[in-house]
Amino acid sequence: MKLINKTTIGWLVVAIAGFLVLQLAVTTGIISAYYEITLVTILINIILAVGLNLIIGFSGQFSLGHAGFMAIGAYTAGIITKYFPTYTGLFLGILAGVILTSIVALIVGIPTLRLKGDYLAIATLGVAEIIRIVIVNMQSVTNGAAGLSGIPYLSKWPLIYVFTVLTILLVANYTQSSPGRATIAIREDEIAAESMGVNTTKYKTIAFILGAATAAIGGALHASYFSVIRPGDFTFNKSVDVLIIVVFGGIGSITGSVVAAILLGFLNVFLQPFGALRMIIYALALIGIMIFKPSGLLGNKEFTVSGLLRLFNRKSAQGEG
Amino acid sequence: MKKTLLLGVAALSLFAAGCGAGSGAGDEDTIQLGAMFEKTGPVSAYGTAESNGVKLAIKEINEAGGILDKQIELTEYDTKSDNVEATSIATRLATEDNVVAIVGPATSGAVQAATQPITRAEVPLITPSGTADNLTLTESGDVQPFVFRTSFQDSFQGVALANFAMDSLGAKKAVIIGDSSSDYAVGLTNAFKDTYEGEIVAEEYFTQDDTDFSAILTKIQNQDFDFIYLPAYYEQAGLILKQAREMGLDQPVLGGDGFSNQALLDLAGTENVSDVYYSAHFSLENEDEQVQTFIDNYTAEYDTAPDAFSALAYDAVYLVAQAIEDGGEATPEAITDALESITDFDGVTGTFSIDENHNPVKSTLIIELQDGKETSTQEIQP
Repeated sequence: MKLINKTTIGWLVVAIAGFLVLQLAVTTGIISAYYEITLVTILINIILAVGLNLIIGFSGQFSLGHAGFMAIGAYTAGIITKYFPTYTGLFLGILAGVILTSIVALIVGIPTLRLKGDYLAIATLGVAEIIRIVIVNMQSVTNGAAGLSGIPYLSKWPLIYVFTVLTILLVANYTQSSPGRATIAIREDEIAAESMGVNTTKYKTIAFILGAATAAIGGALHASYFSVIRPGDFTFNKSVDVLIIVVFGGIGSITGSVVAAILLGFLNVFLQPFGALRMIIYALALIGIMIFKPSGLLGNKEFTVSGLLRLFNRKSAQGEG
Repeated sequence: MKKTLLLGVAALSLFAAGCGAGSGAGDEDTIQLGAMFEKTGPVSAYGTAESNGVKLAIKEINEAGGILDKQIELTEYDTKSDNVEATSIATRLATEDNVVAIVGPATSGAVQAATQPITRAEVPLITPSGTADNLTLTESGDVQPFVFRTSFQDSFQGVALANFAMDSLGAKKAVIIGDSSSDYAVGLTNAFKDTYEGEIVAEEYFTQDDTDFSAILTKIQNQDFDFIYLPAYYEQAGLILKQAREMGLDQPVLGGDGFSNQALLDLAGTENVSDVYYSAHFSLENEDEQVQTFIDNYTAEYDTAPDAFSALAYDAVYLVAQAIEDGGEATPEAITDALESITDFDGVTGTFSIDENHNPVKSTLIIELQDGKETSTQEIQP
């Protein structure tokens, strides 16, 4: 298969067009300082949700520790950029965060993913809490409960956009690859996959580590954009927030995670003036979706350029016929 | 296809129109004041109390004819006790709603999250209860030009309590039981340790989720000490008091303003709250006429007595009003300038001036509780 074909060019066009539209909106002032924060929150949520979707939607494992992995990424990048306030420092921070998170995920993943069932959920729930408590108690490095402030503002929105595209690219390509297919086979039926010679532990662990690593990227960008991080930002609630996006969009649909992150981001903006009432409206919206569309907004459907091309070809064929 | 395109364009222009309407300047005859509080989420108790204080103050000011003959109009948002939301809302207030000043948020983390956007937009922010020492300072130690507060900072409380222990209690040996998971308690602990000249016999720490403190209390039971220093919020402090008194530890207990909540008595049981001293911004027993009027009005409005948080927020609004009057106009620049030079402001939490680091120079009250009742208050000057 050639690297340059209609599909890849199509994706490139989509990514660049998205960037240009946003850039235009920012320069003309349609996206003001306030909407830029919303945009960044949405982009970071996409990174987090797509990563979690790889674990939950494609390998069928349930992780409740996304906030913990995010915290590792955020603190690593935060500490490193405080010493090296340059882009090199930021990339170094992201890299270190990804490596550290992968190691932690490996340590948690290997014993729990050898088992069948929801053991990963319990283990990750505990690990996320442990990570947070360790951060609280490592006073000299992390400044304890008061958190880090004054982290250099390096990850401007175009950088976050690039990372969002890269994360989607990574996860989407992984699911289409041979290990990805094996991972999906495990989700569909673990025993059948095992009997076909799929090393279930290995592929579950790979998916889990990849998902955790993207959480670290999201955390690092969060730290660098918002300049302030505290252990209290990475509680169980944060994991649930990401989980909601995944479930809302459709478990197993990357497009769904993207759409859900955007929708929930806008919902938050429009509900902000309603004060405390918005939490009720937000909850009702979620309950409504779960009743009328239990598989999430998009189920497991995906938007693909190749699908779009096929649609066009069919239409033009019909037109000619 | 054309229809979808049309719909898309329509939606986009609507969106743009919405943004445009938001950034229009406020009505000339009113003063736009912003407020952001933690009204939902884990620290909503503080945010809700402060929001009530703000609304009462605005109501009073408007009924008295407003400031400079203009009524105050409040735009308020809930930060969900979430710091990202605090950044977002601070930006919204400062750049979209064009408020002249922002009152809130209640916690130090949220104030830090709001600092960058309000500094860029050059809108002053007055936090009623953000007490971390570094809130009004930049990384390099300069003053944050747009952040002010009406509460004293953590270090001042720790120092006041240490002095009180040495001078008034004459206590030589201390035990510290501190909360290591809140920056508030850590700040109080550090300031106390730096000032206290007696011996610190033992230091024990717990985190916010703990409910059983018997291990810590058993450890200190056989130690010889004169008092327990307990920097913590009322949730844990109440339980510790109960468990300590039941174990027979009857030494005096000293704490910070985190004690000033009815829940402390409910958790500990009034019979266990004796020989308890805590520093406070505000006392319900204060006989000052202004304070009593505030308590009466607040109780009439909300059917519950005000606490220190609502009092601090109430003062924050009056502080802004004072600044507008001093500066002669309701613009962010004039208010910031006027806030910096406020002296002898007479509020319900005491008379204070704003110092060069934007902190109020005010005295603290040390309240003594016996059987759950305030039996004496002592004022400690800075």
